[in-house]
Amino acid sequence: MSAAAVVTSPAPPSSDTVNVTVDGRTVAVPRLLPDWRGKLVPTTMIQACEQAGVEVPHYCYHAKLPVAGNCRMCLVEYGLPALGPEGQPLRKPDGSLAVKKSPRPAIACATPISPGMEIYTATPEVQQMRASVLEFLLINHPLDCPICDQAGECKLQEYSVEYGHAASRFVETKVHKPKQVDLGPRIMLDDERCILCTRCIRFTRDLAGDDALGIVNRGSYNTLAAYPGRAFDNPYTLNTVDLCPVGALTAKDFRFQMRVWFLKETKSLCTSCGTGCNVLIGSRENRILRYTPRANDAVNVCWLCDHGRLNYRWIGRPDRLRQLAGSRLPAPTWDAALTEVAQRLRHAVPGSVAVVASARLANEELYLIRRLAQHTGAATDIVPRSGPGDAWLIHADKNPNSLGAQRLGISADPAGSRLSQFAAAIGQGTLRTLLVFGEDVTPRGLGPELLDRLECLVVSDILPNRTTERAHVLLPGCAHAEKCGSFTNVHGRVQRFFKAVEPPGGARPEVEFLRELLQRVSGEPQPDTAEGLFHRMAAEVPAFAGLTWAGLGDTGAARPPEAERVRPRADATAG
Amino acid sequence: MPSEYRLILKHLDQPGYTPDLDCYLRHDGYHVLRQALALAPRPGPDGKPISPQEQLRHEVTLSGLRGRGGAGFSCGLKWSLVDRKSGKPIYLVCNADESEPGTFKDRQVIYKDPHQLLEGLILSSYANDVHLAYIYIRGEFVEGARILERALAEARAQGFLGRNILGSGYDLEVYVHRGAGAYICGEETGLLESLEGKRPYPRVKPPYFPAVLGLYLCPTIVNNVETLCAVKHVMALGGAEYAKLGTPNNTGTRLVSLSGHIQRPGYYEIEVGKVTLGELIFDPAFGNGLRPSRRLKAIIPGGVSAKIFKAGEKVKVKRPGPDGRELEQTLDVLELPYDFTSLTAAGSMSGSGAIIVLDDTTDMVSALANISEFFAHESCGQCTPCREGSLWLAKALRRLTQGAGRAQDAEYLARIADSIPGGRTICAFGEACSWPVQSTVAKFKDEFVARGKDHEARRTAAAQAGETAK
Amino acid sequence: MPVTVPSALEAQIEELIARYPQKRSAAVMVLHALQDHFGCLAPETMEWAAAKLELQPINILELVTFYPMFRQAPVGRFHLKVCRTLSCALAGSHELHRHLCEKLGLDRHAHGPQTTPDGKFTVEFVECLAGCGTAPVLMCNDACHEGVTLAQAEALLAQCEGG
Repeated sequence: MSAAAVVTSPAPPSSDTVNVTVDGRTVAVPRLLPDWRGKLVPTTMIQACEQAGVEVPHYCYHAKLPVAGNCRMCLVEYGLPALGPEGQPLRKPDGSLAVKKSPRPAIACATPISPGMEIYTATPEVQQMRASVLEFLLINHPLDCPICDQAGECKLQEYSVEYGHAASRFVETKVHKPKQVDLGPRIMLDDERCILCTRCIRFTRDLAGDDALGIVNRGSYNTLAAYPGRAFDNPYTLNTVDLCPVGALTAKDFRFQMRVWFLKETKSLCTSCGTGCNVLIGSRENRILRYTPRANDAVNVCWLCDHGRLNYRWIGRPDRLRQLAGSRLPAPTWDAALTEVAQRLRHAVPGSVAVVASARLANEELYLIRRLAQHTGAATDIVPRSGPGDAWLIHADKNPNSLGAQRLGISADPAGSRLSQFAAAIGQGTLRTLLVFGEDVTPRGLGPELLDRLECLVVSDILPNRTTERAHVLLPGCAHAEKCGSFTNVHGRVQRFFKAVEPPGGARPEVEFLRELLQRVSGEPQPDTAEGLFHRMAAEVPAFAGLTWAGLGDTGAARPPEAERVRPRADATAG
Repeated sequence: MPSEYRLILKHLDQPGYTPDLDCYLRHDGYHVLRQALALAPRPGPDGKPISPQEQLRHEVTLSGLRGRGGAGFSCGLKWSLVDRKSGKPIYLVCNADESEPGTFKDRQVIYKDPHQLLEGLILSSYANDVHLAYIYIRGEFVEGARILERALAEARAQGFLGRNILGSGYDLEVYVHRGAGAYICGEETGLLESLEGKRPYPRVKPPYFPAVLGLYLCPTIVNNVETLCAVKHVMALGGAEYAKLGTPNNTGTRLVSLSGHIQRPGYYEIEVGKVTLGELIFDPAFGNGLRPSRRLKAIIPGGVSAKIFKAGEKVKVKRPGPDGRELEQTLDVLELPYDFTSLTAAGSMSGSGAIIVLDDTTDMVSALANISEFFAHESCGQCTPCREGSLWLAKALRRLTQGAGRAQDAEYLARIADSIPGGRTICAFGEACSWPVQSTVAKFKDEFVARGKDHEARRTAAAQAGETAK
Repeated sequence: MPVTVPSALEAQIEELIARYPQKRSAAVMVLHALQDHFGCLAPETMEWAAAKLELQPINILELVTFYPMFRQAPVGRFHLKVCRTLSCALAGSHELHRHLCEKLGLDRHAHGPQTTPDGKFTVEFVECLAGCGTAPVLMCNDACHEGVTLAQAEALLAQCEGG
């Protein structure tokens, strides 16, 4: 990945401001603002308009990409302070500065502002320019909106409604270009829909560092293409589908699946690694149909890796665990199951209980496990999970909440190092009750024969595996998309996710049944909302001190790992 | 009597004049370069020394020389805008992409007197502290590129190029870079992109003004072949002396390419503004008029992108009167002095100095269709109005030449053409492709309307015949 | 199949690349050199150029498809390019193009390149060749022919046939 691809925090705005007037309203805007890679550069008209609350329509411009200036949709008119023969500012009779309107328009995306500039975004001339750009963009467009996946979130449609003409004057034959181009394993291209804004090219070249896309041919025949025989296949290709303002680039995964206006969008997080990219889960009638990136400059800007984006199908798998099960289950009800487990834990000899928790569980769930472990004197650990990472969004830590587990004292140091102790203790017969939340421990040194030696194996999980097969009590749990909570990403940012779909069958969110189990074990009442639990956790665990549930907002709050080092060691829960 | 004034063309058509270095040296070649390299710093009015480079640049400013590529921008001003404090190298690129239809003047210098161009280029490079320069030559000038390569080799061998030129301590390397058939490479920022090995998409200005962010984002001067040759003559005569040629604000000489329906098509060199458009077309020293019994119908005065003049068209022009005050005069287009200012004031431009004459045999619909076909073929396609508009215009005109016209097509064409220019596009191609349409349709509207009506009538008749046949 | 670039050509290409501070600048010059040698720019040739210039093949394809002088398929031994633009059209370039096409058995309405079945001639219309003062002009391979009458065009064909 290119250096520019490294996630950076937005630069602090300069206190140095410039007064400009947008459609008659004067606003003070910073003289410098971050460009696409976060470098402070002179503020452009489009940024100034945004600050003034005026939207300038655009296709090729994207705040996180280098400027191209090719679509011409953001043309505006402007004026500058009029100067006299000696360069002195001229004043109107009322004493105000006189402004000379430029005879030529300017593209708002690339033109820097200057003091006293007046920007006009709504003059008849500007509206006429927008209407003609739209007309030009549509003359060779197939107008196949009824079968286009972009319909409903298409900038051609939106701006046509706002700024376009009802009828086209075009009576010539359209230019025909390739359709249904198989660009790579995940993307299809319809060149007739493409408006040649080059967003996809710039993203792929300048951010993904893979100079794979280009424009071939010339003039009106210009055609977006990859080199024939070379698949467009880097770990970030699907971002080009988000960037495409029209329906030219579509995701094979989502093509023809659903009209986008039927989708319910839920703020969530990607769970495929520790980066914690912010996503929107698009779902309909309890089925997840897509993930799209949600903007968070501190984490993923507005990007997502293809693997994370497509890693949602398992949530809807038909073999999901939906029923309580197990040989020790007195009756097939949650009350009976939890009472059974609580009784077992309350009467357990100290040191005979251990918990393996997943670092895919939420902070609030891990907090409840921490409390449970404290009450039962249980040792805890997680199953670490690592894989290839890169210098951009893909982190080598494949758990979404490893740092949360560490901060809550659930994971050993290093993570997973206690699993062998658990195996030995089972072998010696000292560890007799094992609780496993969301992991298959059999490939982690706790093989079936060892598990079979336990007096009680309580397992909760989402999909069946060799551990769930052996559970004495099996509690069907939930994917993150089926519940609400927070994760702590590898950089210490605590971020929230919300429920998008209902869990299948009798499955319940871990946060719910863990709370009930803890109440049964400890006799203490526990808050019954994520918010309440979060606040209790924040009051109790220094790594979360000062954070509030509401304060996490849409983009989370940072507790960088550095704070970890000054934290008193005593806070960690010992086994 | 109007006549040519041959400065740049002085030698190249003389019998026995050859493009080799020996011949050039026999004609006093590289003498001006020798003098320039021998210049010493001179004390300025404030006591600070003025470097030889500054002195040379000052001469160009004094000369009033305007760029000969098409836009007529002041050469001295262009050079003065170069960012000399960036710490980055300054590049010079000679624009030898001569491709404005109607223009064939730079070609004469390249093929017949290449060392004159090199001397101007080396002088301009020296004056601007340039150590690496390129000549961007259009791909179709295959032989021209070879001639330039040979001339560069000769100049290198004789110490006019390379390290320590003529013992002055000044180093300069120049290379020929060939294009491959693209009009847009004549646009200076498109040219720079092409020279960087990218598609020749003109750059967005601001911020990419070549004088600051040019080749490899370094300060860069792009000058046309004829402009660089003129620089040699500015240096030879001195800026003030050069400025006495031509007319105020339109100084020096310029090359004019005459083509179309004319008796003596060809290239001519005139003092700017000292010859009228009518003289260029009709005087025996120039075009010598139209073919027998033909009448003038229209004039394209500055390459096909210039707005067309209709024969007999009267234009209002402000010109300095005998007392120096501006006077508004009404002139027939033929009375317009052929210079930058007058042609612009008359609503067109002298552009690249290419005059195409159209006589009364010309079908204006076909002529305009031909021009629009050119622009549709040459649009780079980067920005929306030009990419879509240029082909739309060409298709509409194609239809109008192929029997499928409509009475409203004149209006239709004008409306499309009105949506492209005026700063809506990244570069001036937007203007170039729409001006001919706007002006031709407006001035010859009857022809366009009549063509459309005729097609409509034929279609109606054919449909009625079809009905009857049933 | 990877392309074999003779060492002399590769040396020439390296000399071209050395003329520029950035390798990519040499792209068009390198493509000219390769096309002059191979007759056209086949995929493997473009890929070779990309590797040589440390670019991706798409960067080369973007250029080859933009510039009309580059071609991905071979042309005839004699490539006749007739200027189509205004001054030449006024001087009869359409008649010239039509005459050449008829003489060679090609479609006179087609503007793009057409090659005779024997692979000897390719005829196409091109845009302004900057020879407007001596219209109509045509190029036969690298040579520009000016003020070409129909008789001269026939003579040129005969000369090529004999050559």
